[in-house]
Amino acid sequence: MSGDENVYDSLTEEHGADTQWAYGHGAFGSGIEDVEAEIASPVPDGVDPSDLAQYCLMLGDDALICSHRLSEWVSNAPELEEEVALANTALDLLGQGRVLLARAAHLGAAADEDVLAYQRGEAEFRNVALAELGDDLDFGRAIARLLLFSTWRLALLSRLTGSRDPVVAAVAGKGVKELTYHRDYAARWTLRLGDGTAQSHDRIQAALDAVWPYVDELFRTSDVERRLVGAGVAVDPAETRAEFDEVLDQVLAAATLTRPQRPGIGTIGGRGGRQGLHTEKLGHVLAEMQSLARQHPGATW
Amino acid sequence: MDGLETQFDETIAADQRIEPRDWMPEAYRKTLIRQIAQHAHSEIIGMQPEGNWILRAPSLRRKAILLAKVQDEAGHGMYLYAAAETLGVDREELTEKLIESKQKYSSIFNYPTLTYADIGVIGWLVDGAAICNQVPLCRCSYGPYARAMIRICKEESFHQRQGYELLLAMVNGTDAQREMVQESTNRWWWPSLMMFGPPDADSPNTQQSMAWGIKRHTNDELRQRFVDMTVPQAAALGITLPDPGLVWNEERSAHDYTEPDWTEFKAVIAGSGPCNAQRIAHRRRAHESGSWVREAAVAYAEKQAAKQEAAA
Repeated sequence: MSGDENVYDSLTEEHGADTQWAYGHGAFGSGIEDVEAEIASPVPDGVDPSDLAQYCLMLGDDALICSHRLSEWVSNAPELEEEVALANTALDLLGQGRVLLARAAHLGAAADEDVLAYQRGEAEFRNVALAELGDDLDFGRAIARLLLFSTWRLALLSRLTGSRDPVVAAVAGKGVKELTYHRDYAARWTLRLGDGTAQSHDRIQAALDAVWPYVDELFRTSDVERRLVGAGVAVDPAETRAEFDEVLDQVLAAATLTRPQRPGIGTIGGRGGRQGLHTEKLGHVLAEMQSLARQHPGATW
Repeated sequence: MDGLETQFDETIAADQRIEPRDWMPEAYRKTLIRQIAQHAHSEIIGMQPEGNWILRAPSLRRKAILLAKVQDEAGHGMYLYAAAETLGVDREELTEKLIESKQKYSSIFNYPTLTYADIGVIGWLVDGAAICNQVPLCRCSYGPYARAMIRICKEESFHQRQGYELLLAMVNGTDAQREMVQESTNRWWWPSLMMFGPPDADSPNTQQSMAWGIKRHTNDELRQRFVDMTVPQAAALGITLPDPGLVWNEERSAHDYTEPDWTEFKAVIAGSGPCNAQRIAHRRRAHESGSWVREAAVAYAEKQAAKQEAAA
């Protein structure tokens, strides 16, 4: 046994007194390390830190919760290429969410990203409903939801690259590349399913119909966003509607699909996801996501 | 025919690679298809026990690591199915054989993941054992398999470090975390030893595979290598391997250890492991419920091709 053991020889050698590994403990793990240093950047002049923290939670929770739903596809996708693509999309969004949550934590929202992810209750989450809807392992649903989510988020992030907050700007800069791929992936599958077989056409149309009522919320401007638009930090989501509609019209037409005509789901007393008011689904997402972390309070992993 | 066979034998004897277009004995081809398919299936089935904890990973960093790892496994499955395809079979056909239980996957994945420590222990012991098995395959006589293994081994090695690093964090954590690591190690130790296959005396195919340059070491040689490499790692974690017979043998310059329960091994292979039925049913459900999607992709591609043809 010689000559070919270098891989595991090097493993045992490092197990002496030095138990540190090559990669850092705090690394974000998805190529987003470069913005780690920026998380502690000062708050731009004239910006309310708690507004900025809330805004980071909105964008961060959208990413984290959508990533969770996409992760449900692991080992369940229709083909291995889709396993890789859906997991990759989930990882990209998780990476975005982690930086944004870390920024919110730095601004005083909590001790760190994990406290925000694992110790908040539903009413403290700020994501839109579209992120938390389940796909119930219906690939059509996953594609419909990803098409709407990524088209909207790409429109937001591409306008946020010039944000006065350096962390938001950095996440947007990297996120634009990622979301461009996510949107392209979802659009390609919308075409294949829409213009594939009669069955796939009906299924993707039904999936779009089912998620369409959650579109209106994406363009509702919250008070926090309104204040931060004035400060040059945020984008007014209402401004992204035209771009969203244009992309959707183009994709749906090419896919021989009809733009759903369902009424949007309204607010309760003016409150929606951005104000911490969610669908029944989010409680189940959090129950699963937080169960182990909450069983071991104070433990580090 | 004789000339071709001589050429094949000479290539093997000279430790050169056989490539897809080269002539090869039918038995060599069959052995490779079986082995590569089994390896690909193991990657895909292995996504289930680890995927079991992605949604519940206890920190976002651990979640990212686990998600990336399981994604790598899907990628490994793809390279391996592609390597098998160079031998004249296709992925769809192999997947059918998997869900019909006509081809096997590593029996280790018929055990459940019951705690988060299992994620670390799978990285440490299961990936560690896989690395011992797989590093020699980087020199396998069949070119496409050897090349796929080089890339896979690099990633497996990274996974093993990540698993071990999780365990280090846990043994330096709370009492409950330390206990979790010990309990998980106790459960996975014996199945990990079984990953090298039956003892040499009961492994009828080993000699032929070694003669063909597919296999480089016997099961028992690799198992010994694994035990020797794992003992100091366990010591560094401050945990005990669950074998009272595990002692250093000065004469052999190797550890003596107790053989795993080969009756359990045979039973799990024969289908009565804790998760055999569950793993196959899960894979079958994913495959069958995705058929409408695959059919749509084919229909769409055909329509596009017809449109292009009409326009030309």
